[in-house]
Amino acid sequence: MADVVEMIQLSPTMEEGIIVEWLKKEGDAVETGEILAEVETDKATMEMESFFDGTVLKILATAGEAAPIGSAIAIIGEEGEDITDLLAELEGGQGTSAGTGDDSTADEDDAGAKAADADSGDQGAADRPDEGPGDAESKASEAKGRSTRDDGRILSSPLARKIAEEHGLRLEDIEGSGPGGRIIQRDVEAAAREGRRPAATVAAPAAVVDAVAPGEDVPLSNMRKTIARRLGEAWQAPAFMLTREIDMGAAVAFRRQLNDAAAATERGVRISVNDLIVKAAALALLDVPEMNAAYQGDSLRMFSSADIGMAVSVDAGLVTPVVRGAHGKSLGTIARESRALIGKAKDRKLRPDDIEGATFSISNLGMFGIDHFTAVLNPPAAGILAVGQTRRVPVVAEDGTIGAGDRMAVTLTCDHRAVDGVVGARWLQAFAAYLEHPTLLVL
Amino acid sequence: MATRKKKTDARPSDALDQETLLWMYRDMTRQRRMEEGFARSYGMGKIHGFCHLYIGQEAVSTGSTAAIRPDDLVVSAYRIHGQALSRGIAMQAIADELYGRASGCVGGVGGSMHLFDVEKGFLGGWGLVGQQVPMGVGVAFAQKYLDNDRVTLVYMGDGAMQQGAIHEALNYASVWDIPCVFILENNNYGMGTAIERVSAIRPFHQWAAGYNMDHGEFDGMDALATYDAVHTAAERARSTHRPTFLEARCARFRGHSMSDPGKYRSREKLEEEKAQDPIPKLARVLLDRKLATQDELDAIDREAKDEIKEVLKNAEKAEWPAEDTLYRNVYADPS
Amino acid sequence: MPELLFREALNQAMTEEMERDEKVFLIGEEVAEYDGAYKVSEGMLARFGEKRVIDTPIAELGFVNIGIGAAMGGLRPIVEVMTFNFAILALDAMVNTAAKARYMSGGQLTVPMVLRGAGGAGGALAAQHSQALESQYTHFPGLKVMMPATPADAKGMLKTAIRDPDPVVFIESEVLYRMKGEVPEGEHLIPMGKGEIKRSGKDVTVIAWSRQMWNLLHMVDDLCEETGLDIELVDPRTLRPLDEELLFDSVRRTHRVVIVEEGHRMNGFGAEISDRIQQHCFDQLDAPVTRVTNLDVPMPYSPPLEEKVLPNRQRIVEALRAVAYLD
Repeated sequence: MADVVEMIQLSPTMEEGIIVEWLKKEGDAVETGEILAEVETDKATMEMESFFDGTVLKILATAGEAAPIGSAIAIIGEEGEDITDLLAELEGGQGTSAGTGDDSTADEDDAGAKAADADSGDQGAADRPDEGPGDAESKASEAKGRSTRDDGRILSSPLARKIAEEHGLRLEDIEGSGPGGRIIQRDVEAAAREGRRPAATVAAPAAVVDAVAPGEDVPLSNMRKTIARRLGEAWQAPAFMLTREIDMGAAVAFRRQLNDAAAATERGVRISVNDLIVKAAALALLDVPEMNAAYQGDSLRMFSSADIGMAVSVDAGLVTPVVRGAHGKSLGTIARESRALIGKAKDRKLRPDDIEGATFSISNLGMFGIDHFTAVLNPPAAGILAVGQTRRVPVVAEDGTIGAGDRMAVTLTCDHRAVDGVVGARWLQAFAAYLEHPTLLVL
Repeated sequence: MATRKKKTDARPSDALDQETLLWMYRDMTRQRRMEEGFARSYGMGKIHGFCHLYIGQEAVSTGSTAAIRPDDLVVSAYRIHGQALSRGIAMQAIADELYGRASGCVGGVGGSMHLFDVEKGFLGGWGLVGQQVPMGVGVAFAQKYLDNDRVTLVYMGDGAMQQGAIHEALNYASVWDIPCVFILENNNYGMGTAIERVSAIRPFHQWAAGYNMDHGEFDGMDALATYDAVHTAAERARSTHRPTFLEARCARFRGHSMSDPGKYRSREKLEEEKAQDPIPKLARVLLDRKLATQDELDAIDREAKDEIKEVLKNAEKAEWPAEDTLYRNVYADPS
Repeated sequence: MPELLFREALNQAMTEEMERDEKVFLIGEEVAEYDGAYKVSEGMLARFGEKRVIDTPIAELGFVNIGIGAAMGGLRPIVEVMTFNFAILALDAMVNTAAKARYMSGGQLTVPMVLRGAGGAGGALAAQHSQALESQYTHFPGLKVMMPATPADAKGMLKTAIRDPDPVVFIESEVLYRMKGEVPEGEHLIPMGKGEIKRSGKDVTVIAWSRQMWNLLHMVDDLCEETGLDIELVDPRTLRPLDEELLFDSVRRTHRVVIVEEGHRMNGFGAEISDRIQQHCFDQLDAPVTRVTNLDVPMPYSPPLEEKVLPNRQRIVEALRAVAYLD
C-alpha cells in the first residue's frame, strides 16, 4: 500500500511550506531518512526527509508551490504500484487522506475543550483563583436590590455619586442594579429622568410575564437586547412629535425624470423616494442647525455634519446604518451608499462604524402601506423622522377646484432636552420646501 | 595537581558481561528509534514547541548510565529524551509527555525539555543554558552532606561552556570536594554557532585544570569508551568525593531543534560524523566477541521500531490533562 | 504603503539606523551567521559585516554588560537576547548598571542602548520559555520599556529606541514576528511615551499592548457585536514612561476599564495602570478596573492547558460584561 507524504511542520510557527526543490523525482528510489525536498518555512529553508521506504510514485506539489501542513505533496510506494484509487481519494478532498483520522480526533478534542470552557463558565468567576480575593468577595454577595449593607453604607460607583450630586439626588432614594445592589451610572441617570417626568410615562422595566398565557419564550438575540436597552433608554427622554403633510407631486415627477434619464443613457443609478428624503433631510439640517444636535447631560453637542441614519429591518431586528455627510453628497452617491449599507445590513456584515453616530435618523414605513406613524428617538440624535407612504388624494387647488395630488405625511420626534417645538417646526418647513421644490436637491 | 588520566591496558569495560553489553546495544537502539518517531510526530503536529533531538549522541547516555548505580543521580539540560530513557523512564511516559498528555512523566506540563523522574534519579530537564551545572553541584553537595555515597552526573552541552556560572560551579566543586562528574557533551555547535567562534580555549576540559580538578576527554561516539571514562570518574567521586570534568567528543546528526536548517554545517562534515555512528560501532564489538549474532541484533532493532510505533499510537489516544491540574504543584500546599 | 512582516519591520528599523549612524551595531546570540534565531536580523551580516553584526556565545550576563560598557564608551549598541526568559540572567546588568549609570555618575555616563528580543508565550514552550517579563523592567527608574503591537509600530518605535539617550528595553512578541501589516517607508518615528487609540469607542476602554493588543484588534468587532458594547482600544505602546493622559482621557469618556495583559496577575504592569486610573479618574469610574491576565500558574506545556492560562476570548468577554453590568 502506497504512503502519502504530507507537508510536515518544520518549525513551531509554520502554517505552510513552499517546496523550493524536489531532490527526488518520480521514479526515484527513496529510503527513510533520505532528503526528499527542500522546503521554505516561515523561518528558514529546511530539508524534509522521507518517513517511508520505496519509490516516488507521484509528486503532487510542484516546486514553488505553497502547501499547507498536512496536505498531500507526494506518494511513495512500491515501483509499479497502482495508485489510481489513492489519487482519486486525494482528489475527492484532502479529507480522505491518511490525515483524516487525526483531523477528526483533533475536532473531537476541540469540542471537548469547548465543552470544558462552557463548564468552567458556569462555575462563575468567583472560584477563579486569578481574580483575587477582592473580586470573589464582591461577586459572592451579588444580589440586586437595596444598596445598603448591614453597616449602613450605601454601595455606589464613584461616577454614580458624582452624577447624583450634580442632579441633587440622594443615594438613599435610588435603587442599585449593580453587584450587591451597587448604584451605578445608569441607576442615577434613570432616577434623574424620573424626577422630571410624570410617573405614568416612566418606561416600565422589562417585565417578567408570569405564565398567564401559554407561549414559547424565545431567547433574545444580542441585537434584540441592544435594541431593547437603547430604545428603553430613549423612551425615557422627554419627547414631542410634530406632523405635517408634504406635496410630493414635484418630487415624484422629478424622480421619474432622473430615472428615465438614467435608463435612457445607461448612466447613473436609480434614485428612490427615500434617497430624495435623505438628501432633503440633510439639507434641512444645514438650514436649521439647532436640529442637528444631541443632549449630553451638561452640554449640547451641535453636529457639524449631517450623518443620516436609516432604520433598516433585518431578520434579527433593526439596525440604523448611517450615510455620512449626506448634505454634501449627490443623490447618486446617496443612492449607491444606501443600497450598499442596506445590503450589508441584510447580510449582517455591518461594522460598528457603519451604524454609529447618526446625527439624525429616518424611519420609512411607506413601502408597507403605512400612512402615518411616530418613531422612537435613536440616541444620541435629537431627532428622528417617521415617513409614511405617498398617497394619491383629492386636493383643493388655490382656485377652489378639486384634483388629484400626491401627499406624504411625516412625523418628527424631537428630544425636548435639546430642541424646542419651534426648531422642529422650522426644520419641517425647510424639509418640505426641498421636497416640494426638488431641483434644489441637486443644486 | 590536575592530571590527565593515562589509559592503562585494562579497561573497566572489559569486565562488562554479555547481558550489560546487550542492554547497552538495546538502549541505544531504542533511543534512536524513539527519536525518529518523535521527529515524525513533530512533523505531523502531534508534538509542539521546542524539540531537541539527541540522535548521534546515544553512546554518551548509554555508556554513562551503565557506569553508575541505579541510586546515583543525574542532572541535565534540555536535550534529554535519550538520557531519560537510559535512566529507565518508560518510553510511553516520555512520548505521552511530548504529546502533552496527562500520562506523561510530569503530567503534560513539561514537554520535551522538562522530563523528570526523581524516583529513577533523573532530576531533569532544565531549559536555561548552563543553569543546571551549579544546581547539579548543589545536588551532589547534599549527598555528601547526608553522608551517602551517591554520585551525581551533571551533563551540559558545549553551548553552556561560556556561561559564567560554569566557572563558579567548577570552583565550588573542587574547593569543597563535591562528589560529582561533569560530562560535557561537545557536539561542536552551540545551537548554530561553531565552538571555535566563541571559545578562546579548547578542548574545554583543560578549564578544569584551572580549578585543580581531574579532567579528560573521551570518544563520545563510543559507548564503551564512555563507560570507561565515566566509571573511573564516578568511582573516584564515590571513594574520595573528588569531582572530575569529562569532555565527550560527539556529534548530533540533526539540527539544534526541529526548526534549525543546519546550514552552518556542510553536508560532507555531516556525512563524516554519521560514519562514526555509535550503534553500528557497538554492534561490531558484540559480533566480534561473538556475544550476539546479526539476526539477534536485527531483532532488537525490529523490536525497538515496533515499540515506538505502539507507543505513539497509545500517546495519540492518551487523555489530555484536566483543567484542574493547572493549579497543582505551584506550591506544596495548594491553598 | 508596503506590507511587511513584523520581523521585517524590525529589520528595516535596525538597517536604516545602522546606515544613518556608524555608531549603531547589533550584538547577540545567533544574530550574525545564523541570520537571527527568529530571522529578525536576516541579511544584516552580509550588509554590514562582522564588525557591526556580532555573534556572542550563550552568556547573557557577559554580553549585556558588554553592550552597556560599549554604550558608555560612545557607541549605540542594539543588544539582542534570543528571548527575555534568558535576559533574566542579565537582569543584574540592566538593573544595577544600565539603570543607574547616569544617575550615579551625576550625568557623566550615559547608556544609549537597546536591549531587545522576544517576550511572552510562543506556543507550547512550557514554563521557562513563555514568560511575559515587562514588569521586571518597568519597576526601575532609569530604564525605558517599549512593546509594539503592529509592524508599523515595531519599526517606528525601534528607530526611536535606538536614538534614545537612555537604556531602552524593547520587548517583542515571538508570535507577532510572522504577522503582516502596512509599514511606512523611511523616516517613520513614533515618539517615546506616546500611546495610541487603536479603535475609538464610547462604552468601555480596553487597554492592552504587544500581542494582546494585536489579538484584540482582530477580534474587537466580534466582541462589540457579542456584547453590544462600543469598545475603545488603547495601546500605551511605551510602558515607561507611560502616556497617562491618553489613558485618562479615554476613561473619562467611557467610565469603564478592562486591562488585558499577558503575564502573572500579581505585580503585573496592568496593576500599575489600574492604580493610576483609580488615583486620577476615581470619580469617573462606574465599575472597578478589571484585569484579564494569565492564570496564576507557571505556563504548562500541554496546548489545551496553555490556552486556558493565557488571556482568552471567553475571559475577556466576561470582564467586558462585568464592567458594563450586563447580565
